[in-house]
Amino acid sequence: MSEAREIKVDYLARVEGEGGMTVKVRDGKVEDVQVRIYEPPRFFEAFLRGRKYIEASDITARICGICPVAYQMSAVHAMEQAFGVTVGGQLRELRRLLYCGEWIESHVLHVYMLHAPDFLGYQDAISLARDHRAVVEQGLRLKKIGNEIVTTLAGREIHPINVRVGGFYRVPLREDFAKLRKELDWALDAAVKTVDFVAGLPFPDFEPQHEYVALLHPEEYPFNEGDIASTAGLRIKKDDFLEHFEELHVRHSNALHGRIKARGPYFVGPQARYNLNRDRLSPIAREAADRAGLGARCDNPFKSIVVRAVETVEACAEAIRILDAYERPDRPFVDYEIKAGVGHGCTEAPRGILYHRYEVDEKGDIVSARIIPPTAQNLPAIEADLRHFVTEHIDLDQENLTWKCEQAIRNYDPCISCATHFLKLEIDGD
Amino acid sequence: MGGTVVIGIGQERRGDDAIGLLVARRLAALPPANCRVLEHDGDGMDLLLAWEGADQAILVDALLSGGQAGELRVIDATEASLSAALFSSTSSHALGLAEAIELGRALGRLPDRVLIYGIEGADFATGSSPSPAVLGALDQVVALIREEIDDA
Repeated sequence: MSEAREIKVDYLARVEGEGGMTVKVRDGKVEDVQVRIYEPPRFFEAFLRGRKYIEASDITARICGICPVAYQMSAVHAMEQAFGVTVGGQLRELRRLLYCGEWIESHVLHVYMLHAPDFLGYQDAISLARDHRAVVEQGLRLKKIGNEIVTTLAGREIHPINVRVGGFYRVPLREDFAKLRKELDWALDAAVKTVDFVAGLPFPDFEPQHEYVALLHPEEYPFNEGDIASTAGLRIKKDDFLEHFEELHVRHSNALHGRIKARGPYFVGPQARYNLNRDRLSPIAREAADRAGLGARCDNPFKSIVVRAVETVEACAEAIRILDAYERPDRPFVDYEIKAGVGHGCTEAPRGILYHRYEVDEKGDIVSARIIPPTAQNLPAIEADLRHFVTEHIDLDQENLTWKCEQAIRNYDPCISCATHFLKLEIDGD
Repeated sequence: MGGTVVIGIGQERRGDDAIGLLVARRLAALPPANCRVLEHDGDGMDLLLAWEGADQAILVDALLSGGQAGELRVIDATEASLSAALFSSTSSHALGLAEAIELGRALGRLPDRVLIYGIEGADFATGSSPSPAVLGALDQVVALIREEIDDA
């Protein structure tokens, strides 16, 4: 008689949005893996059609409360390409600074509140805070500094409103950054300590082989610009993204699943960036990575917490470099001429590359929009990890295996865009 | 800093989920004395920072509890622990409102008084506008919050 076993979680805790998973095991073999993502259908792509080019960045920023800057950046870069304009100098630096803020916010949230409790054996950040108050306080203060970068530069910390095609609506004075600059010295030190702290966590032995995909820039650890490259030797311009990558509809999810046309699943995010761009990290981030034992390449997705911590160091160091050299540009944005065309934007959201493509007409109205978020690209890799992990750990008891599977999903910091967040209250004898 | 902070939580274009934002906008148009009004849709970790320094926090959010759309439920979270069993958050944010409050309690980072104004929602479909029943509650909720702040 065959023995069937099912590992099922209907609602994944500590995942941005709403999702679930089912792993079916029969006779000790994994039969089926499904990660269900309740992503709203492609509402925003339809919503953008007919809107003005200048609205794309603010509309798409609403897709995610955690990474609005990424949506803005991919949108403005796409429009700038369509109009044939390049943003350089201090305006380009300010965009990198804004991205530093978002990476700090997003990575610190994930490292301290979502991922660390897993490794320390806590159900959630609340029980972690009871025993390790100083650790959680350190995370809060770091997060606050990320928020302050975004607020100073973007008008407000959620749904920033100051980014536009060509640059910004207004640019801060040097003195607007004075308090923040002082805080960043503390932040850099705290970020380095964070790497040392998470490097000491216990990690399961698990090294699935993935093809990692990230931006590759000749000199910089990538935020806004670069070719799209992979550890299997792919190297293309962002314009050719849709020639090499596709999204497939699968029955169990209303999010599309990304794949490289020639080969299949791939992996985007901090680990992909690290594996392709380690040499471009600032010395202090690279030293922290070395001390943490990350090596030239990190294949264990459970160690993504260490990579996120290293990237937080990078973001703090880069923010300091930019602020120390900052001179307020004379004009907040560069001029351009609106014309009909197609533009592509591909930038490094905290969770990995975020691709936008727009076609605009001669009046600057959006004819079509395509948005490919990082989590959709990672879904097949997440399912592959679950299949692999359950196969290797089939002897764990149900509760432990279920928890580990949830962790395997959290490794990717999945984000389900634009979800609601009403409170659900179960009333008992009320 | 002191005073009251009113935080309207919600997501635009997700039907009744936007009600918290609408309440905040209405209050911000004529802000009560000694009161900050914020719109919020970040994560719970940011809530901890948003109420920092305030004596009183009033959190306004859509609610799903099986009641009638538009119904208001005021919950005093100052003392009572919001047990996970009673209060499950379906937050899109990594930490939900209930978790943020409990994390604040664990860290000693709660204002002296914390009130949740929950407005029962019915429709949370992507792209939809708030339903008439929920919009109908807006004036009353704003008025009650003004009274609450004046009495404090």
